Amino acid sequence: MAFTKQDVDYIAKLARISLSDAEKDNFTRQLDSILEYVNKLNELDTDSVEPTAHILPVQNVFREDEAKPCKTAEFAVEQSPELRDGLYNVPPVIE
Amino acid sequence: MDLFALTACELRKLLDSKEISSRQLVESVLKRIESVDDKINAYVYVDKEEALKQAEAIDARRANGEPLGLLAGIPVALKDNLLYYRRPVTCASNILKGYYSSYTGTAVEKLMKADAVIIGSLNMDEFAMGSSCETSCYGPSRNPWNQDCITGGSSGGSAAAVAADETILALGSDTGGSIRQPSALCGVVGMKPTYGRVSRYGLVAFASSLDQIGPITKSVSDNALLLQVISGYDHRDSTSIKQDVPDYMSELKKTIKGLKIGIPKEYALDGMDADVEKATKQAIEIFKELGAEPVEISLPHTEYAIATYYIIATAEASANLARFDGVRYGNRAKDADNLIDLYCKTKSNGFGAEVKRRILLGTYVLSSGYYDAYYKKAQKVRTLIRQDFSKAFEKVDCIVTPTSPTPAFKIGEKINDPLTMYLSDIFTISLNLAGLPGIAVPCGLSSDSLPIGLQIIGRPFDESTILRAAYSFEQQTAFHSQKPTLV
Repeated sequence: MAFTKQDVDYIAKLARISLSDAEKDNFTRQLDSILEYVNKLNELDTDSVEPTAHILPVQNVFREDEAKPCKTAEFAVEQSPELRDGLYNVPPVIE
Repeated sequence: MDLFALTACELRKLLDSKEISSRQLVESVLKRIESVDDKINAYVYVDKEEALKQAEAIDARRANGEPLGLLAGIPVALKDNLLYYRRPVTCASNILKGYYSSYTGTAVEKLMKADAVIIGSLNMDEFAMGSSCETSCYGPSRNPWNQDCITGGSSGGSAAAVAADETILALGSDTGGSIRQPSALCGVVGMKPTYGRVSRYGLVAFASSLDQIGPITKSVSDNALLLQVISGYDHRDSTSIKQDVPDYMSELKKTIKGLKIGIPKEYALDGMDADVEKATKQAIEIFKELGAEPVEISLPHTEYAIATYYIIATAEASANLARFDGVRYGNRAKDADNLIDLYCKTKSNGFGAEVKRRILLGTYVLSSGYYDAYYKKAQKVRTLIRQDFSKAFEKVDCIVTPTSPTPAFKIGEKINDPLTMYLSDIFTISLNLAGLPGIAVPCGLSSDSLPIGLQIIGRPFDESTILRAAYSFEQQTAFHSQKPTLV
């Protein structure tokens, strides 16, 4: 098998998701078969092909960096699962 | 007369001539939801009082002779990934249960400006990841034509609600077929506009280079009407395009005589459902009778579209969904030891299996050592797929294909086999990769009385031509007037 349980452990760590043993088994098997399927792209010679990031002929859309009032900001912050004095509250980052 | 069963275009006439009030119409739709939604599970949230209040306000303005918008007094329901200020929005995910939209998205704002009545939000696959509406944390929506069958997905609730007359109009979103496939499987009309035609501001992002909001409706005219309302440039979405929006309603009625319709030879798959194949062939005959000219074309990279899509879409999703970490939105895991532990536990508890699978796949294809082999390779093949279409559109005005290789399958049939599920998007996925508009329109029933949908694909920003082709087809056939029997 090309894609192993160690690979799942590694990417789960990168993606910050903890997985149960049953999930790890399932995802190892499923991702292995999906990756085997997507490997069919290697049938194509793409050496001289430019990549497409998105389909529009638009690049770097800039605007003036101006401060504007935002009436909904307070409500947006209130949607946090845990606030302290109107600020986001999180567990210790550094001991 | 059951008002809930009518189209928006029919209802506009009745409302304009004051034969009915918007309040009567909204009451009729709410009653319909009450009587059938237990079976269909299309809605995740209905705002009854708010809807009635909006309807009354519009009735009062109409009575005063004030000018009103294109959708005045007409009920519209939203897929549960569209933001509407202070209303719940969850993307059918446990991670967002209890979250309220912190602003209103552009498409919804445009509905409000058009004086539509927003009645609630509709079920979907979790974060729009799925082709059957089965990955929803609320359980699957059920196909109005056969409640043992899937609705398709991810906009399954939107398509089912329209098919079951639980709303007059609905909005969905389409990343790989999520509007067109459920529309086809539920027997309604669904359009994915050109990438950049409708602002994505206020649509919870799944794969930003592929996502597009679009209309799901009972008729092609209604589809044109709703597309008219939501289209246009928006400075808040840097990928929305400064292009004039045509008057789709008048474009509809133009003739399709002489229209060149491409038939891709690669779309005759082994193992395609016989009823779907037959219905598609019949549809091409109908186009011939209408004076259109079928032309065989080739889209040689079709067989690589799904592989390309599942690399690009999951890569973008893994970046977009990183924000759901238990700090600013929705739910947070209890008893985390530190910040990293909080992220890991929150995501583990909050996301369902399909979302986790796609985040993992996306993380993998972007990870060091694999980026070039997978992500960059897929971006290059994306270029080849785009070029296939550009070449084809030198010869034809639109392209006709089935929307889905099969009618609706049974709930539970494919949910444990992700790759087989992904293959059900074979005909729809290339359009998102190439950014093209496509419309699904009813073209028959299978031997099990399940709807079959035709897909018509257009050039970039040429929604007019595919609406016109779909409208001519609809006028010539009776498929759209067939309805499921409920109750």
